[in-house]
Amino acid sequence: MSVFLQSNLGIAILTLLESLAIIVPLLLGVAYLTWFERKVMGAIQLRKGPNVVGPFGLWQPFADAIKMLFKETIFPAGADKVLFTIAPMITFGLAVVAWAVIPVNDHWAVANINVGILYLFAISSLGVYGIIIAGWASNSKYAFLGALRSAAQMVSYEVSMGFVIVTVLICVGSLNLNDIVLAQRHIWFAIPLLPLFVIFFISGLAETNRAPFDLAEGETEIVAGFFVEYSAMTFALFFLGEYANMILISAMTTTLFLGGWLSPIPFAPFTLIPGVFWFLLKILVCLFVFVWVRATLPRFRYDQIMSLGWKVFLPISLVWLVLTAGFLEIFGMLPHA
Amino acid sequence: MTRLGRMAWGLVLWEILCGLALTLRYFFKPKATINYPYEKNPTSPRFKGEHALRRYPNGEERCIACKLCEAVCPAQAITIEAAPRDDGSRRTTRYDIDMTKCIYCGLCEEACPVDAIVEGPNFEFATETREELLYNKAKLLDNGDRWEPELAKRLELDAPYR
Repeated sequence: MSVFLQSNLGIAILTLLESLAIIVPLLLGVAYLTWFERKVMGAIQLRKGPNVVGPFGLWQPFADAIKMLFKETIFPAGADKVLFTIAPMITFGLAVVAWAVIPVNDHWAVANINVGILYLFAISSLGVYGIIIAGWASNSKYAFLGALRSAAQMVSYEVSMGFVIVTVLICVGSLNLNDIVLAQRHIWFAIPLLPLFVIFFISGLAETNRAPFDLAEGETEIVAGFFVEYSAMTFALFFLGEYANMILISAMTTTLFLGGWLSPIPFAPFTLIPGVFWFLLKILVCLFVFVWVRATLPRFRYDQIMSLGWKVFLPISLVWLVLTAGFLEIFGMLPHA
Repeated sequence: MTRLGRMAWGLVLWEILCGLALTLRYFFKPKATINYPYEKNPTSPRFKGEHALRRYPNGEERCIACKLCEAVCPAQAITIEAAPRDDGSRRTTRYDIDMTKCIYCGLCEEACPVDAIVEGPNFEFATETREELLYNKAKLLDNGDRWEPELAKRLELDAPYR
């Protein structure tokens, strides 16, 4: 058996199974995230949310999926058909691919690579391509405006997010996500690096085009932004991609700042619970905040988003990076890489 | 506060945290949703719903074909034809209400001297065809028989204000 597992075919099959073990729960998670969002937003607005399809409306995501599957994909006149079809695939594909390096438990990652965080950062930056291509290929001004807005927004927030990640890296001394989590055994980075944690989370909201930074969609101004022209499964892929990205950003926040799979209460009965449970619980809390913020805050104006990104987050994260580095150097706490 | 002070205060995100606290309080409040069709809102005794023609307790129909409702109806939704019955009393031979014309103003029940035509509490009378909404006398009398207990109660509750 072990010989087979080390052959090329064995490794291929093993990788395939590992990928499935990530993708299937992820897709289910995305499906139920839509349900969760509708329930939470409903509760905040004194409504009940979906409660008719199945117990507590639990079959609602499947009803929606079936509806989407049976609808017709419409190609607008003058649209570039190839790019138009590829764009949602890129968006969704990238949201799934990024999960390869996320450790859900000690050394439980499909690919435990040494530059995990760089990989994550690269993949999440690529997300803008799906949106730009969708906006461009639709041959529609609303879609194009949405795509431009989204591109500018993602580029601005990527920068401060990068500095936040670099600060975390200085504290850990490794790019490996597994090491980053293990470095938080004594204290979660969310506590000493609280401002950066907040900046990272808010940038995450902007990065995933979620309220209050959902200008790329901006349904009150540009109808639905970059995916106005999409329908049926192509639309569903964008939708899935957005929600998968939310889960991904929550997982990144969990890994970088909330101690990943580590138990929040570090003694006996709680440390015996498998790390996957804590990991999922922390992601769920992050997702709740995502939805909670959406139900609370109105959309930002575009210049406000830009000035927040460039004039507030960027200077703060930059200064905090220098301060952290200086602090660690002076007190001789720099980790040995 | 100076401009700088305001900026520094803004960085604490205090206002946003207040907003989040408010929405979190709402999250735990009881929900306002009424689970229609399993739950329904209470209606006032003056609610103007589907029409009905009432009868006296002995089974005699109340309507005396005075045609006041037909005359007062602003939408001209009511059509009445009348003739003396075999026992010599004056009754309608035809009493039609076009429910697609009706504006549910309630003037017909105001005009009626014998409380024959009334608007009941029922608002769930949607149909699949337009023709089903052209009510005739039989349908209206049938409505009256079905809703009589509630109709009588509503009239009694509303009587002090008339």
